Amino acid sequence: MRDAKLHAGTPIKPVYGPEDLAGRDPAQDIGRPGEYPYTRGIHAAMYRDRLWTMRQYIGFGTPAETNARFKYLMAHGQDALNVAFDLPTQLGLDSDDPRAEGEVGRVGMAIDTLADMEEAFAGIPLDRVSVSLTINGMAAPITAMYYAVAEAQGAAPDRVVTTPQNDILKEFVARGTWVYPVEPSLRLVADLIEFSATRYPRSNPVSVCGYHIREAGCTTAQEMAYGLAIAKAYVELMLARGMAVDAFAPRISFNFTAWGKIFEEVAKFRAGRRLYARMLRETFGATNPKSWVFRSLIGGGGSAFTVQEPENNIVRGAYIALAAALAGGQTMALPTYDEAYTIPSAKAQLIALRTMQICAEESGAADTADPLGGSYYVEALTNEMERLIVEELAHVERMGGIVEAVKSGAIQAEVARQAYLFEQKLNSGEIAKVGVNCYVGDAAAEADAAVELYAFDQTVADAQVAKLAKIRGARDDRAARAALRRLTDEARGDTNLMPAIMEAVKAYATLGEINRAMKDVFGEHKEPVKF
Amino acid sequence: MKVLIAKPGLDGHDRGAKVVAQALRDAGVEVVYSGLKRTPEEIVQEAVQEDVDVVGLSILSGAHLLLARRVLEGLRGQGADEIKVVVGGIIPPRDVEPLRALGVHRVFPMGTALADIVKVFKDEGDTAP
Repeated sequence: MRDAKLHAGTPIKPVYGPEDLAGRDPAQDIGRPGEYPYTRGIHAAMYRDRLWTMRQYIGFGTPAETNARFKYLMAHGQDALNVAFDLPTQLGLDSDDPRAEGEVGRVGMAIDTLADMEEAFAGIPLDRVSVSLTINGMAAPITAMYYAVAEAQGAAPDRVVTTPQNDILKEFVARGTWVYPVEPSLRLVADLIEFSATRYPRSNPVSVCGYHIREAGCTTAQEMAYGLAIAKAYVELMLARGMAVDAFAPRISFNFTAWGKIFEEVAKFRAGRRLYARMLRETFGATNPKSWVFRSLIGGGGSAFTVQEPENNIVRGAYIALAAALAGGQTMALPTYDEAYTIPSAKAQLIALRTMQICAEESGAADTADPLGGSYYVEALTNEMERLIVEELAHVERMGGIVEAVKSGAIQAEVARQAYLFEQKLNSGEIAKVGVNCYVGDAAAEADAAVELYAFDQTVADAQVAKLAKIRGARDDRAARAALRRLTDEARGDTNLMPAIMEAVKAYATLGEINRAMKDVFGEHKEPVKF
Repeated sequence: MKVLIAKPGLDGHDRGAKVVAQALRDAGVEVVYSGLKRTPEEIVQEAVQEDVDVVGLSILSGAHLLLARRVLEGLRGQGADEIKVVVGGIIPPRDVEPLRALGVHRVFPMGTALADIVKVFKDEGDTAP
C-alpha cells in the first residue's frame, strides 16, 4: 500500500470510521455553522446568504494604469479590490530615491503622495467598494491617504470598508517589508487599529496573515499556529492600551492560504476557527460573538504553482478555490497561472476570477454550509490539526512568545528549516508535483510560449518621478514641513500618531518624508540573520 | 570554497536564498548569508571582507539586470573580479543571456532543481585554484 502523509507530517490511514471520533463531544467540538465555536463556519447559512467576496490582488505601474485594471476586473464581476504596491512604496521610499531605482511600479503601483491615491481610486466609490491594501510597514501613512481620499469623495466614515494588511509581525517572519525595529513597528500597528476602531468602524485595520509564512516554507499547522499567536499578540497590545476587547476584536480579519491537500486545508481552518473562538472568549473574555469569529481571506498559494507546464496551474487554482470554499472562507483570491513567471497578465487575472466564479456558480460547493462536516475523515483531521496547532503554539511560547521569537530570529530560522525540509520532500518525491517530480514532460520551460511576460517600462517610472517633482513644487511647503515636524515630535512621545500622519498626508508630504520623520526617532530594524 | 548568498535590492522574499544556503552548507560549502535588502555596495564589501569565491544573488522582484550589473561593477572597482557572481530567482529565460553578457557566471532561472544549483557550486570548488 502507498504511504500517505499530511503536509504537517501525520500519516493518513486508508480509511476512517466512527472509532476515529471516539471520546469527542460533537456538540461541544463541532456544533452548528454560525454558532460557537464556529468549527463549521461563521454564518448559519454560509454562502446561501452571502457568497465569498472575490478579490484578486492587482497593482502595477502608475496609479492610472492600476485604476484601469481595477475597472476592467470590476466590469467582469469582481466585487472588491486588493491593491498591490511597488516595493519602494512598501518600504517608504519615494520614487526618486536612489534605492528605488529599477523598482518603481514594478511589483505593484507606486504611491508617493495623496495625489497618487486620488488617481488610483478616481471613479471608484469608496463608500460602496471594499478595498484591501497590501501594506504593512507603511500601513499607517498609506491607510491615512486612503481615508483622506474617501473623505474627499464625501464617503461617510461608517461606510468606508478597507482592510490594510497592517500585520508587521509576519513581515519580520516572512516577506520582509519591515522598516522600524519591532517595538515602534508594533506601536504603529496599534495606532492604526485604535484610530480606525474609533473613526472608521467598518474598516478592518489588521489582517493577520499566516499566508506569507506558509509561502516562506512553514507547515500547515505552523501557518495556523503562528497566525493565532500573532493575533494574540495584537489583542494583548490593544488591551495594554486600555481598549476593551470587544471594541476592536470584531474587526480583526485573517489571510491564509489553501493550497496543498484539500482535506488537510479544510481541517486547518475548522480547527483554527475553533481555537480562535475559544481564545477570544475564554482567554480574553470577549462577550460580543463578533469578536469570536475567525473571518478569513482564503486563497493564494503561488508557491504551489510550477514553472513547468504553466497551464496546469489553472487546474491547481481550481482545487485551491474548492478547498477555500469547503473551508468556509469569507473572501477568496487566487494566484494566476503565470505567477511563477511574471506580474499577471489581464488574461491570467480573468481566468483566476472565472475560476472562482465557476466554483461559486457551477460546482455546488456553495450550496450548503460546511458540506464536509460529519465526515469521519474531516472531523478526525480537524481534531488532529487542532492537536498539532496547539503543539506549535506551545513551541512559540517556549521561544518566549511570538514577539520575542521574532526579535531573536528563532521563528525565522524555524520557517527556513521547514522550507529546506519541504524542498527535500519534493526531491525525494514524498510530496508529489506533476511535471516536476512525477510525469515530467519533455518540453523545457524555456520552450513554453504560454505565458505573456510583463514588460517593465522605464518611462512609467520616469513619469512617476516627474509627477512627484511637480507635486513637491505645487504644494504648500510650509504646511508640509510643519506637519512633518509635528509627526517627529509626537513620535518621541506616546500619543496615537494617526492624526499627525493624516495632517502630513493632506499637506501632500511624500511617503518618503513621512517615513523619515518617524525613522529619525524610531531608527531601523536590524535583522537577526540566522538560517 | 566559500560563498556569500546575498539579497540585493528591496525584495523581501528569502525562502529560496535560505534553502540554497542550507543545501550548500549540507554539501560542505562554507556559506555566509547577507540578510535582506542589502545594497550592491554592501554586498561587494561583504564579499571582499569575507574573501568568498562566489557571490550568489537571489532576486525575485524583476530588478535582476540592474542589481547584478551594480554588483559586478562594484567587484571590478575593488579589483575583486576573480569573485564569481551567480544569479537565481524569478529570472525569465529571456534574461539569461543578457545576464551572462554582463559577466554573470551562471544563471539559475525559475524551476532550476536544487541539486543542479549545488552541483554548480561544488564543481566551482573543485576547479578553484
